Amino acid sequence: MIKLRIDGNEVEVNAGTPLLKAAQKLNIEIPTLCHYEGIEPYAACRVCTVEVVRGRRRRMVTACNYPATDGIEVFTDNERVRRARRLNLEMLLGRCSEVPAIRALAAKYGVEKSRFGYDPKEKCILCGLCVRMCSDIVKANVLSFAYSGPRRKVVTPFEREMATDVCIACGACAHVCPTGAITIEDLSQRRGEVPEMYLGPKTAISIPFQQAVPKVPYIDPDACIKMQTGGCGICAQVCEPEAINYKMQDEVVELDVGQILVATGYQIFDASQMAQYGYGKLDNVLSALEFEKMLNSTGPTGGRVLTKNGKEPRAIGIIHCIGSRDARYHKYCSRVCCMYALKFAHLVKDRTNAEVYQFYIDMRAFGKGYEEFYSRVLDEGVNVIRGKAAEVVEATWGNEREGHLLVRCEDTLIGKFREVPVDMVVLCAAIEPNVDQERVGQIFSLSRSPDGFFLERHPKLDPMGTVNDGIYLAGCCQGPKDIPDTVAQAQGAAARILAMIAKGEVLLDPIRASIDENLCGGCKVCNNLCPYMAITFDDVKKVSVVNETLCKGCGTCVAACPAGAITGSGFTDEQIFAEIEGILADAGNK
Amino acid sequence: MAFEPKIVGFLCNWCSYTGADLAGVSRIKWPPNVRPIRVMCSGRIDPTFVVKAFREGADGVLVSGCHPGDCHYYQGNYKALRRYHLLRRVLEQFGIHPDRLMLTWVSAAEGERWAKVTQEITERVRKLGPLHLKD
Amino acid sequence: MPKPKVALYWAASCGGCEITVVDIEAHILDVAKAFDIVFWPCLMDFKVKDVEAIEDGGIFVTLFNGAIRNSEQEHLAKLLRRKSKVLVAFGSCAHEGCIPGLANVTNRDEIFKTVYQETASTDNPKGVLPQTKTEMPEGVLEIPEFWNKVCSLDQVVDVDYYVPGCPPQSNQVWAVLDHLIQGKPLPPKGSILGAGQKTCCDECPRVRKEKKIKRFYRTHEIVPNPEECLLDQGLLCMGPATRDGCGAKCVKVGVPCRGCYGPPPGSHDMGMKMISALSSVIDSEDPAEIERIIATIADPVGTFYRFNLAHSILYRVQEDLKEKQAVK
Repeated sequence: MIKLRIDGNEVEVNAGTPLLKAAQKLNIEIPTLCHYEGIEPYAACRVCTVEVVRGRRRRMVTACNYPATDGIEVFTDNERVRRARRLNLEMLLGRCSEVPAIRALAAKYGVEKSRFGYDPKEKCILCGLCVRMCSDIVKANVLSFAYSGPRRKVVTPFEREMATDVCIACGACAHVCPTGAITIEDLSQRRGEVPEMYLGPKTAISIPFQQAVPKVPYIDPDACIKMQTGGCGICAQVCEPEAINYKMQDEVVELDVGQILVATGYQIFDASQMAQYGYGKLDNVLSALEFEKMLNSTGPTGGRVLTKNGKEPRAIGIIHCIGSRDARYHKYCSRVCCMYALKFAHLVKDRTNAEVYQFYIDMRAFGKGYEEFYSRVLDEGVNVIRGKAAEVVEATWGNEREGHLLVRCEDTLIGKFREVPVDMVVLCAAIEPNVDQERVGQIFSLSRSPDGFFLERHPKLDPMGTVNDGIYLAGCCQGPKDIPDTVAQAQGAAARILAMIAKGEVLLDPIRASIDENLCGGCKVCNNLCPYMAITFDDVKKVSVVNETLCKGCGTCVAACPAGAITGSGFTDEQIFAEIEGILADAGNK
Repeated sequence: MAFEPKIVGFLCNWCSYTGADLAGVSRIKWPPNVRPIRVMCSGRIDPTFVVKAFREGADGVLVSGCHPGDCHYYQGNYKALRRYHLLRRVLEQFGIHPDRLMLTWVSAAEGERWAKVTQEITERVRKLGPLHLKD
Repeated sequence: MPKPKVALYWAASCGGCEITVVDIEAHILDVAKAFDIVFWPCLMDFKVKDVEAIEDGGIFVTLFNGAIRNSEQEHLAKLLRRKSKVLVAFGSCAHEGCIPGLANVTNRDEIFKTVYQETASTDNPKGVLPQTKTEMPEGVLEIPEFWNKVCSLDQVVDVDYYVPGCPPQSNQVWAVLDHLIQGKPLPPKGSILGAGQKTCCDECPRVRKEKKIKRFYRTHEIVPNPEECLLDQGLLCMGPATRDGCGAKCVKVGVPCRGCYGPPPGSHDMGMKMISALSSVIDSEDPAEIERIIATIADPVGTFYRFNLAHSILYRVQEDLKEKQAVK
């Protein structure tokens, strides 16, 4: 460790630490343009110039790459330093006259105009940050310097406009560029995005959403450069607790449990199936989940309602029952949409001056306080149009050339066809069973109702139980429901589970098979019929034996036993014969 | 009086019986010709029951379980399926039209399907006429 | 004190049951010593009128073998029932119809047509069929009426005991007779004597595994492994559905059990039970493949009901020809 003084403050650092880092330790800010944590310093922009004094020797150096040595004194903001920076900034401004970052920094040092020229178009200061990012970190080696002297510039291979064959479209060069000289064009669907949530750029490492539990960042392996090319690794470098682990793998953990609560949720109906609403084709036609994300204060727009071009919409249309209450898709009502649509309207009214139009079939404000909320939203001046929207089309609005949207519908209350101009459309798509609902159902032996959701044991008397003892349902896997209903059902199911745990023992159905060892001939026909492995062969007595705890009483072995040696309690041959005789008592040759 | 076939239905507890129940709860009409007997699983249905029903005067027998892959006991309905195929062949040898026996799958959610299935076998047996096996 | 009277009679049968009684060898002398044989048409010269002369209930025991398929057999069954204290259905035919009972897959007209008109050796240009009454110059000739179906003995008269088997094994026959000779108390009415409570498998020395059958073979199609269960090898052995007591003689020499000892106590219908068991262990879940496997069973009714068709729940093929034609 060595000691040095920066602006009069003593600091202890490892020998060779760049001055910039040493100053950061003292919270002394040194302006930079071409510095980026994790990328080898290059000292190109030279705005980090500081004065180093050793003994009687004074010299101007760049803080980003000048190594600290013992006993030196550093001045980061004295008059000589400021003068040097002014000159540097004036030269940069002469080359890139309209770059906001440079203008702002120059203004800070009192430079408004450059004596060295004026170029409003040039943005690149030739700092090479992008080149080093691309070659050293990403290891894609796409960008490089070409030519020399005044013609020097950053180029793609052979100066082709699009180097998509080598460029992996990671966007890192644009991200590090201090002057915004590089922009990324979205040529294809960005990898690794949750489709319905893609409203803006997202990094490969992020916290999924603010309420996530556990609230830790995760790495999207499809988007992570380290995982894709072996380059980058910046997050591991900057993470002091060394929490980044690129080798972490999915784990399959097997647990022995006595009861299971199935709460596998739902998926949102893909609104692009209904081409008439333009979802996925027209800008500013959003799904409800996307709009919810937009309204979120931690979302991509910070909670502001913005169209794709960054403007506040003048009118928003909210269309209900997309894919639900529709014989072609789902006959059922999704239950939650009316209320969240009203919430959207309320929030839009709260945050913008936009007109809101609700296109609904029936307004179903069924829960506690819901009808009151509906009245309140009506009082706020939200327009409600009864009639399912027929289509959403592109249109112009007034004299503007930019595209707007037109919602066409029949207003069934006034019996007229209407066309409502809006800037944004929100589609309230149906809640539908997960795509793997059937497979999950088979794992737990759950039946499904005609709508595809899991079937409860009884719609009124046992809405969270299933036909399988010890397996319970909660939430939308059983059918569309809102949060209060889900919580009620889940708490009920949890209580049922706890009751069973508290009881400590399980009551078995008395329906069981048993083998009369005096009748069993030991043919072994029944031995591999039992799905529960409840039948074993007693090699001493030479008879098959039923383990009555494992037996679930299906009776397959009872029917199969050629000797009639197996009895199924509750459903014996004699009982069923008597039933047959009973229900056919009136039959015969009359 | 027109011939009203008497049909014994053997229904598994988890799918078909519940499905028939649902048909009732949903007020879906299905022919009263089918007289249900509940067993826990279609795998419990012994072919002896089928011939017993014919002997006792049934004109048709319906065996109904969970859809393949959906059996509450995983495999029971496949056993019913295999017995059905062999039993059909034997009934044919006995001179009983194999179509008097019907095997079908009705899930707990298929009240409408239950109504359709019962209509189908009732019409089928009505066409075949009475069997007259009761002594 | 006079010796208890014993009668033996044969109805629709092959005579094997008579042989098996003699097969008890020297014990037949014990029988003769203990009982007064009053009727045994196969071996001794008695007439029906001798039986008619005995007072009702005067015969201690009658061993009745053979199924009932005509009016004469019915008459004698009823006569012997009246004259006997104990009537035993002796052998598979009396017990459950046996091979004669297989005639129930057809009917009287068909049988007459085949036997009296269609077989290659028949010379019957006029197509004459037996009549119960035939006018002759000397008077009217009567022969018994041939029934449309074959019945087991208990379908015609009340039966006290059954001795199963085709034929009953001689050791079992001696055990039954010895029981009677010793004058031991009689078992409850309806009991099956000379047999066990389990199935043929219990006596079978072959090694059985958990069953999975991909196809069935007929006996001429494969040479079975001498150690392993025949059914495991795909040979259609009725052993699992057949009462034990025979000593598993057939399976011990590599011949699948045919089921002559009839159903075990828990079985209501031997054939249906076997159908249920077999289809349970067919190794397929695909309907087309199941059909293919089942197609390898030749003549299911003849196989599953070889001995007890007449005594099964369906007991005969439906006569309704319309239905039969519809089937074909």
